[in-house]
Amino acid sequence: MTVKYHEFKPYNVGRWVIWSLFALVLVFAPKLFTSSLSVTMLSQMGIAIIACLSYNMLLGHGGMLSFGHAVYSGLGSYMTIHALNMLTKGTLPIPVSLLPIIGGFAGMFFAMLFGYVTTRKSGTPFAMITLGMAELVFAMSLMFSEFFGGEAGVSGNRVVGGSVMGITYGPPAQMYYLIAVYTFISVGLMFAFTRTPLGRILNAVRDNPERVEFIGYSTQRVRYLAFIISGFFAGIAGGLGSLLFEIVTAEVVGAARSGAYLLFTFLGGATFFFGPIIGGVLMILAFVLLSEITKAWLLYLGLVFLFMVMCAPGGIASLIMMNLRVAAFGFLRRIWVSYLALAVCALVVLLGAAVMIEMVYHLQLNGAMGSTLKFIGFTFDAKSLDHWFGASFVLLTGLGLFELCRRQYVREWGEIQEDIEKEIKRREAL
Amino acid sequence: MSTTHLALELKDLRKSFGKSEIIRGVNLAVAPGERVAVIGPNGAGKSTLFNLISGRFGPTSGEVLLHGQRIDGKKPFEINRMGLSRSFQITNIFPKLSVFENLRCAVLWSMGYRYSFWKFLADLEDANDRTEQLLEMIRLDKKRDVLAVNLTYAEQRALEIGVTIAGGASVILLDEPTAGMSKSETTRFIKLIREVTEGKTLLTVEHDMGVVFGLADKIAVVVYGEVIAFDTPEAVRANAKVQEAYLGSAVADEQAGGH
Repeated sequence: MTVKYHEFKPYNVGRWVIWSLFALVLVFAPKLFTSSLSVTMLSQMGIAIIACLSYNMLLGHGGMLSFGHAVYSGLGSYMTIHALNMLTKGTLPIPVSLLPIIGGFAGMFFAMLFGYVTTRKSGTPFAMITLGMAELVFAMSLMFSEFFGGEAGVSGNRVVGGSVMGITYGPPAQMYYLIAVYTFISVGLMFAFTRTPLGRILNAVRDNPERVEFIGYSTQRVRYLAFIISGFFAGIAGGLGSLLFEIVTAEVVGAARSGAYLLFTFLGGATFFFGPIIGGVLMILAFVLLSEITKAWLLYLGLVFLFMVMCAPGGIASLIMMNLRVAAFGFLRRIWVSYLALAVCALVVLLGAAVMIEMVYHLQLNGAMGSTLKFIGFTFDAKSLDHWFGASFVLLTGLGLFELCRRQYVREWGEIQEDIEKEIKRREAL
Repeated sequence: MSTTHLALELKDLRKSFGKSEIIRGVNLAVAPGERVAVIGPNGAGKSTLFNLISGRFGPTSGEVLLHGQRIDGKKPFEINRMGLSRSFQITNIFPKLSVFENLRCAVLWSMGYRYSFWKFLADLEDANDRTEQLLEMIRLDKKRDVLAVNLTYAEQRALEIGVTIAGGASVILLDEPTAGMSKSETTRFIKLIREVTEGKTLLTVEHDMGVVFGLADKIAVVVYGEVIAFDTPEAVRANAKVQEAYLGSAVADEQAGGH
């Protein structure tokens, strides 16, 4: 007897709820955070979400570690800003709201061009070639200043032509809603892609490229097509970026931007579709807020990245999913005390480490202004042995306690997993 | 018999790695629907032969014809699309995909869905029905949504066969399908293989002599990169050259309870 298989049930309630919530968040976020900084940050988050998801199409879904994804978002940015300027001159008759699609096509075009070379290889050679491509494009940005605008970059003005039903994209809020619409549609399309034959075969290529060749598919073609589609969405993100900032400089195709996509996609979690959404949000929080709080923000970011790679290679998304599983079996209450203890110890470690890091940074950067600094409401003297001793004492104590809590946590976690297995067996037997 | 009536034909096939010639002029003609067991001592070149036929390696010289068409030098996916599918000695599936997804991936190309990204998998009724059928055929319908990596060894071997036959290829190559299985598992598994390859041309590398004589219409004996005999089981058993080179020791093994 054949049972009909339906992945999309006619009304999949859970999915409707999640997508409606997502739409509601996009609509009401600027009502909750109304300052102009928050609206700009929310806009940037939308863009980062699209960029990280497009990157994860390669990393998480296709197993392609690209070091040059900013090339496609960046060239999308440049094409969009040039299109915007043509629009201002009146030589391009399309509305501003469609400009990001030009960015998308630009990203797609360059992904077709460069991807033809990069996707011929997989694994480490693929990573190396993307790195080379990224350097190549960045070098070209310095060579062709007519297109890339040299040091100053290319600027434009998104408020062109009259208003259409009151929409000029002048106010940041209007720009935000344009980005929100693009974000919602792009996330939807990229999720849909994971449910298509090509999307699934891409997973198969990630898992076992050799076998894919023996079930009728050219792995090279699969990688190439995915690369092009990923380039399209990267280009959309880039195009939205040009409209938001109204200026594009060479850093948008730079290695640092590519690195950020990789880092935050990984932090968010490459193994789940929604991971990069978390990653995109974190990216903007780190770039805009963390960099305001401390000059050493890149160092903190590096430490967090190291910690995650070693302890939670599935990123935040996998941590969430693993704990949801525990919660679904009703075991979360057995472990939350451990979580609390871990968090407190981690805070203590962070406190000790942060004071030392800030003191070093202060000595190196602001040494001329005296040796005292203010940090989290206290005054520290970077040249006082006592303060160094105190900070290292806090750090070491924190580390010791953290290790103790971690052992306890690992033990409890193991027991819970065993119990879950037992529970599954028991339910199967019923 | 004229060439076009053959399912698979090898003509003076040779393969060298560096200076050593591993396959030294193999000729073989397999008629449609025939079940051929390829036997031979370890290192005789059985697996290499399969790799040459399926396109994993290109031959140094010689020809491979599938239904009368040259396939030597073609890529594995091209050969697969022409109707030849193979399994692997070391289980070669998609570990992070569910059993169902493993099989569906293997079904997609033959159903004409190719690289499409404008259709939802869930809407492909023919592909999903075919996948459900395959699940039942290989007796894994209870493990439908289990990740392939979490299956038992025997289940993984069954999935390996399922992925191989999923595309509906007319010529099937199985490389030691029962390797590493217990006696009772092997017996059940051979029955399964016979069922799912019904009406197809089958080539299988096999060590278990009981299996070989039970399953095959014909036996090809490969020794040191050459086919020294290709005939019915009875004729091969009686062949003096085979007995001397291989079968004698293998049969002795069998009687001693080896493998």
